[in-house]
Amino acid sequence: MGLLTFKIGGIHPLENKMSAQAAIEEFPLPTKAVFPLSQHLGVPAKALVKRGDTVKVGQIIAKGEAFISADIHSSVSGKVAKVEPVLDSSGFRRESVIIDVEGDEWDESIDRSPEIIKECKLESSEIVKRIHACGIVGMGGATFPTQVKYMVPQGKTVEYLIINGVECEPYLTSDHRLMLEKGEELIIGITIMMKSLKVDKAIIGIENNKPDAIAHLSKIAANYKGISVVSLKVQYPQGGEKQLIDAVLKRQIPSGKLPIEVGCVVNNVGTAFAIYEAVQKNKPLIERIVTVTGKTVSKPSNYKVRIGTPIISLIEKAGGNMESTGKVINGGPMMGKSLITVDAAVTKGTSGILLIENEKSKRIPILNCIRCGKCTSVCPMGLEPHLLSIISVNGMNERTEKERVMDCIECGSCVYTCPSGRPLLDNIRLGKRNVGIMIRNRSKK
Amino acid sequence: MDSSIINAIITMSAIGVVSAIILFFIAQKFKVIEDPRIDIVEEALPKANCGGCGYAGCRAFAEGMVKAGTMEGFFCPVGGNDLMKSLGPLLGLIPEEKAPQIAVLRCNGSIKNSIPKFEYDGDHTCSFTTNLTAGLGGCQFGCLGGGECVDACNFDAMYMDPITNLPVVKDNCVACNACVLACPRNILELRNRGPKDKRIYVACMNEEKGPLAKLNCTVACIGCNACVKVCNFDAIHVNNFLAYIDYEKCTLCRKCVEVCPTDAIHEINFKPRVPKVETEKNTPQPKEKLLVVEKEISKSDTAEFEASSNN
Repeated sequence: MGLLTFKIGGIHPLENKMSAQAAIEEFPLPTKAVFPLSQHLGVPAKALVKRGDTVKVGQIIAKGEAFISADIHSSVSGKVAKVEPVLDSSGFRRESVIIDVEGDEWDESIDRSPEIIKECKLESSEIVKRIHACGIVGMGGATFPTQVKYMVPQGKTVEYLIINGVECEPYLTSDHRLMLEKGEELIIGITIMMKSLKVDKAIIGIENNKPDAIAHLSKIAANYKGISVVSLKVQYPQGGEKQLIDAVLKRQIPSGKLPIEVGCVVNNVGTAFAIYEAVQKNKPLIERIVTVTGKTVSKPSNYKVRIGTPIISLIEKAGGNMESTGKVINGGPMMGKSLITVDAAVTKGTSGILLIENEKSKRIPILNCIRCGKCTSVCPMGLEPHLLSIISVNGMNERTEKERVMDCIECGSCVYTCPSGRPLLDNIRLGKRNVGIMIRNRSKK
Repeated sequence: MDSSIINAIITMSAIGVVSAIILFFIAQKFKVIEDPRIDIVEEALPKANCGGCGYAGCRAFAEGMVKAGTMEGFFCPVGGNDLMKSLGPLLGLIPEEKAPQIAVLRCNGSIKNSIPKFEYDGDHTCSFTTNLTAGLGGCQFGCLGGGECVDACNFDAMYMDPITNLPVVKDNCVACNACVLACPRNILELRNRGPKDKRIYVACMNEEKGPLAKLNCTVACIGCNACVKVCNFDAIHVNNFLAYIDYEKCTLCRKCVEVCPTDAIHEINFKPRVPKVETEKNTPQPKEKLLVVEKEISKSDTAEFEASSNN
């Protein structure tokens, strides 16, 4: 029997995990930290501080009041300089809190001792409350507020907790290093999540290009009941939750439904670690592991960075040569977004900073579609990207909806494989937007 | 002759006659009686089927108007007042009169005024890029230069200026609203043409604070309220650091154009300016405000001031 993987589609781009052997380094404190109020999926948080306020590390500075929203905590201590719109990574000005750093004074309630606490005394509902209060979001990159996943709707039962240690994006190694260096904490985080969801089975899925992480976590998991580690075949986009459930359990999620439909909750390893710190140490989400890598970086590294640090300082520390760099990407090469300005801050969803050299940063010329069908064969959702692209551009919204455009996970496999360099995903995103507006208008009526 | 052929002819004719009778009665039964005026009105309409009236096409407009029995709320922007007046006697109704309008681009952030800050080589259609990025110049309210409005125009009344990369509305615009709906950033607006096609409007949509707006575009409205103060007709209001001129109240006195420090207010189809000395006599306000220039403002001084505010 071959290794486990998902059933349809998938590609295997060059892995380029250049920073896999670089241990996590603590990144120095920034002099100024910027916290956009919308660094999670859903409704932006509302600022609680104003100009001139003094804040401590771990103090809440913005409250997410809506159901799908998350609190934001200060990762530095100092004075609030401004609360005003600041350029974010996509070039839009968004409301942000800017803090001038003074010293490093932590909130007293946070336990900063390195000692590992194994036992969790909290009840299930208390754990969810703590996750909410600590502003934890999905650390894989989608930044979906985690507490929402843990509020299981009535009538649904959870059988499995699936932990995503796949890290299928090329170049990125932040999850890999986290699994190697914080394995024990991570597994305790998983036991806390299991307790909260009241499940007794958890599966950690790891691709077999990380044999050291698989061996390390299997050894630790053997001491805990119900946690198993499975080795998966290297295949992009295995880190998508639908693909991961298919790979691990052979269950397919119906179109337009959530993983809870097949009795699963999927979380990233980074989230598991953040939950450990939140529940056992009362530490909000104020730090994350960021990979800084690329062909023009002299020292590809993994840093433990305070959220709000300007991205440019990370690039400088890793020895990035900005002159030969044509493009800086926030995230991995497949799903990441290219930055408009490197002065933007590290947010909760920044898993990596990737520098692309000048020659590779331009798109190849767009040619005609030759109907080779490669995009259809690699689409992990079983869609027809070439068709969706054309009907999206022509504004055939009803047809686009019928062809399940909303199922697209925007993994970019179709664009990667297209020999004509067509902007398939760009067009599909346009179609998704138009169909989304159409559906919203319909539900209004 | 073979009898089978005769049989066939007789049978076919019989079927034909019977079917004709059946069809005749069905047609009588399900006859749709349509108001003949609909056809007359449709004939008189321009048949552009542009949808500018709010109906799916000229036929739908004619049907709607005849059935409603009133011309209130019905207006064909292509035909304009002349057409509506000619339709009135046909239907025995009183037509509604509207001031002729034209589409106006409320952005002047061309490549020159809003310098591109990065390269972008993805899809260039406006509805796509508006979600992805704020725009090359960094203004998240301004024109993206994708030309979706030009594509939407059915009357060949718009084109993209190759130098500024902004759409230009020609005089033959019929104000059908197609470009306004096509623009994802709502930059285009239908405004009254005004007497002799003279118009004054704020060519900016930027709702950011002055310094931020100025950072991305040299001709942005900075919400300084200078135009509001100078307007004697309560036609200008500033909301969210953006001035808006109400074309119903504007008397085209051009005072606001003079005081705008960023040249964000545009005047169209006016005669070239009279020499500065004269305008100065008419508007004593700048003298009072500019305390630094207390002496008489000579010709050269005002020219310099103009030049510096132009830059």
